Amino acid sequence: MATANTSEFKGGLKIMLDGSPCSIIENEFVKPGKGRAINRVKYRNLLTGRVLEKTFTSGDSVPLADVTELNMQFLYSDSEHWHFMCSDTFEQYSADDAVVADSKPWLKEQDTCTATLWDGNLIAISVPKFVDLLITHTEPSVKGDTVSGATKSATLETGATVQVPLFIEEGERIRVDTRNGKYDSRVKD
Amino acid sequence: MTWQPGASIETLRERAAFLSRVRNFFAERQVMEVDTPLLAAHGATDVHLKSLAVYQDDICLGFLQTSPEFMMKRLLAAGSGCIYQLAKAFRGEEKGPRHLPEFTLLEWYRVGFDMFDLIDEVLALIQHEILGLTVKKIAYNTVFLNTFGVDPLIENLPKWQALVAEHVAMHAVPDQQSDCLDALITHVLSPKWPVDQITCVYDYPAEQAALACLDPDNSLVAKRFEVFLGAVELANGYHELTDAKEQAERMAKDNARRQAAGLPVMVMDDELLAALDHGLPDCAGVALGLDRLFMLKKQKNCLGDVVSFAI
Repeated sequence: MATANTSEFKGGLKIMLDGSPCSIIENEFVKPGKGRAINRVKYRNLLTGRVLEKTFTSGDSVPLADVTELNMQFLYSDSEHWHFMCSDTFEQYSADDAVVADSKPWLKEQDTCTATLWDGNLIAISVPKFVDLLITHTEPSVKGDTVSGATKSATLETGATVQVPLFIEEGERIRVDTRNGKYDSRVKD
Repeated sequence: MTWQPGASIETLRERAAFLSRVRNFFAERQVMEVDTPLLAAHGATDVHLKSLAVYQDDICLGFLQTSPEFMMKRLLAAGSGCIYQLAKAFRGEEKGPRHLPEFTLLEWYRVGFDMFDLIDEVLALIQHEILGLTVKKIAYNTVFLNTFGVDPLIENLPKWQALVAEHVAMHAVPDQQSDCLDALITHVLSPKWPVDQITCVYDYPAEQAALACLDPDNSLVAKRFEVFLGAVELANGYHELTDAKEQAERMAKDNARRQAAGLPVMVMDDELLAALDHGLPDCAGVALGLDRLFMLKKQKNCLGDVVSFAI
């Protein structure tokens, strides 16, 4: 099995730790006094998304994780699974709710997203930082209501709800920042 | 590609003034500045140091020095009296926010000083540069007894491994007691020391003596100390080992450990041993990371911000 040692630990390297595929975020070399050098490593568990820290003795090695990232098109979801198709190979993959998790509110059929595969299985889906979505419902704006910064609730075609400025109308498309779930701008067709 | 220096020109100007004050500090104390070669025939036997070899065609000319210690001890044996040096030092594979493969050491030796005399001088130098610091001097075993209730001078590997497993997220718990103790200092003890406190830890376990003499009254203890500012290690010092025979034994032990670990065996520095055999005066010596002290003075987190160029 391919391995990497601490001197090869770079941001983005995918390794196996505690039975999970993980992605290295940071690797800090430390040598205490007259002692043995260590590496303080910050990494993300790709199954849970959690960021953790672990200390290695310099020179320790760990197995590499067979992790690849591919562009995939979201096809549809049924009661149990979310279905995707690889944009290059047209191969289809399915994932359960937990894998889609944070991306769910922003996933629209036919849209392209980034899929992470570990040993051939879909383990994570990430959507672009900004997505354009249609507003399927929001209360009409009231003339003369010009309080700056005031917002109202709007339901998107994916079912997600976001706060939008009062001038936004039902049937319009808006750009949403998927990192914080906030309205970014109105999309002019 | 960035060609610009890591430190601003203004910071470098302050660094120049800082170096000038350091020189004054020693001039006032009649300590002589010396200047020993960076390239020498022998590298360090220390298991955890990697000396960088210099080659001319296929011939090894020697090693860039990991510290000026051995050359300075030869000067002391030759009768130099108290000496100091602002030395470039080189350590392979050491690179991080607080480590550079080439860095500046302030190393000095005081003839007739014991460990505590030298500790006071180190504290004076730091407090001369950074005002408003508190000082805590504490014996190595007290630091551990206070927090864990276990004496680090006593061999008890399973106990220390259990404490590391409990307190430190390590990929693999170390199989040496000294590595366990180091892990507890770096991850549990030093992070609790206030940032404006100088913590001086003294009387290290004999196992970690390095080049310190052992306490004549307690062979479990080495007359070694370390100085931290906040959690950052600044200096390491010894009441120096002057016994040539014991020095040679420690180097041989280092090499046996190197061999066991699959590391290159380093030829012992016979010139140092001959100097010790001739007679090193009773003295205490210390090496202080000058880049780190300046980094803390400037309230930076990274050495690359306070040196002209970090390789």
